[in-house]
Formats: sequence, structure tokens, C-alpha cells
Amino acid sequence: MAINLAEELSSITIKAAAADWREAIRLAGNGLVEAGSTTGEYTDQMISAVEEHGPYIVIAPGIALAHARPSEAVLKGGLSWVSLDAPVSFGHSKNDPVTLVIGLAAVDHTAHIDVLKAVAGVLSNKEARAELEAAETADEVRSILKRINN
Amino acid sequence: MKIVAVCGMGIGTSVLLKMNAEKVLADLGVDGDVEAADIGVARGAAQTADIVLTSDELASEIGDVPAEVIIIDNFFDLDEITEKLTAAVQ
Repeated sequence: MAINLAEELSSITIKAAAADWREAIRLAGNGLVEAGSTTGEYTDQMISAVEEHGPYIVIAPGIALAHARPSEAVLKGGLSWVSLDAPVSFGHSKNDPVTLVIGLAAVDHTAHIDVLKAVAGVLSNKEARAELEAAETADEVRSILKRINN
Repeated sequence: MKIVAVCGMGIGTSVLLKMNAEKVLADLGVDGDVEAADIGVARGAAQTADIVLTSDELASEIGDVPAEVIIIDNFFDLDEITEKLTAAVQ
């Protein structure tokens, strides 16, 4: 079954201001918390993951996939979308600076895989990505995602 | 051929790498088993793997393993993964 990302995204924040990578991850975490997907602790865990393992979550030029392990801080699976007003450096050797942070919360190691596939499908499409980056409102992001999915 | 895709948590980036690596193997017609692993499990799994796929940041954490370690910069770029994997499996 094809997944519609427009429906999977529990929160969309557009042109947000973040002073550094911690703030950028925190914005993605806040989106998950507000959607009832995680507790605030999960946000701290996503930040710790980068402190521990480095900025490897910057998986493509300009894109960070913020996430931590499935834990009690995850109430249900969720995906948040934060586009940044100004690019933020994560300290990645090749893919800095970041303009889009996707927050991912998973309840286990498999339930979210179809959602990730959909994310990869959309963001590996260069034209779609350019359009999404230019979106000025959350509704615009949703309608672009819906159109791409169809 | 055993390939291990490694990330810090085992739920995000390694899963993306696994999906793309499987696509590339299928296109190349290479029979292979791709496993996603977090960095803790990976040190063990990498001992028996032929190829380890990971990011620049995590490669140093994996340490010395007999497998060939391939560093992927853009996890969404099928061309990059295809090019690097093709070189490794041929």
C-alpha cells in the first residue's frame, strides 16, 4: 500500500528560526511532542544521538533526519517536518548546511519503514524537493506532497 | 554476499541505506543479503560481512573489520550508491 506523506506528517513547521543544530532538532522534537507522538525526553535523546555519534543524521545535502531509538518516550510513530528560515551547520563534512529537518519517532524497528520509503522517494526527487523547499505554508507542503504521491 | 548497513540507532539512516542497497543489488543482478544494524550490533555483524555501508562519521566507530567499508555521503542518491557498490562487488 502506498503511503501518503501528506497524511503521515504529524506536524509541519515552515521557515522556522534556529540558531544552531540543537535548536533545529528541538523544533523537530517539539512538532512530535505537539502531535502527541513523543514526550519531551525523546527530543533530548535525538540531540544526544548527535552528541554521541556525530552529525551522521545529515543524510543528504541540506537534510537532517533527526531520530533516536524506540523507547518509552515514543507514544506512537510520528514524522515532523521543519524547514529552516536560514541554513544551520551540523558540522557534517559534506552535507552541511541544513535547511530541512525531518523528525522521526518509531515504536519499533519495522513499523515506520514504509514511511521512510515514502520520505526517501519524495526527497530523492530533485524537482519535488526544490518545490517543497520553496513552500511558504504548511498547506502548500501538504498539497505538493499529495500531488507527488498521485 | 553479505552487506551490513550501519547507523547510530538502527532505525533511520541504516534502513534507508538498506532499501537503496537492495535496489542497486537487484539492478546489478547480484545475489546479496542486506542487513540494517545499529553501531553497537554492527561491530559484531561486520566481522562476517563482505561489505559495510555507512556514513563518514560512523566509519571510524566501526573500527578494524575484515569487510570493505564503503562511505556514503548522500543516502538519497542512488547514483552514488550504485557507483560505489558496483566498484565493490565486481
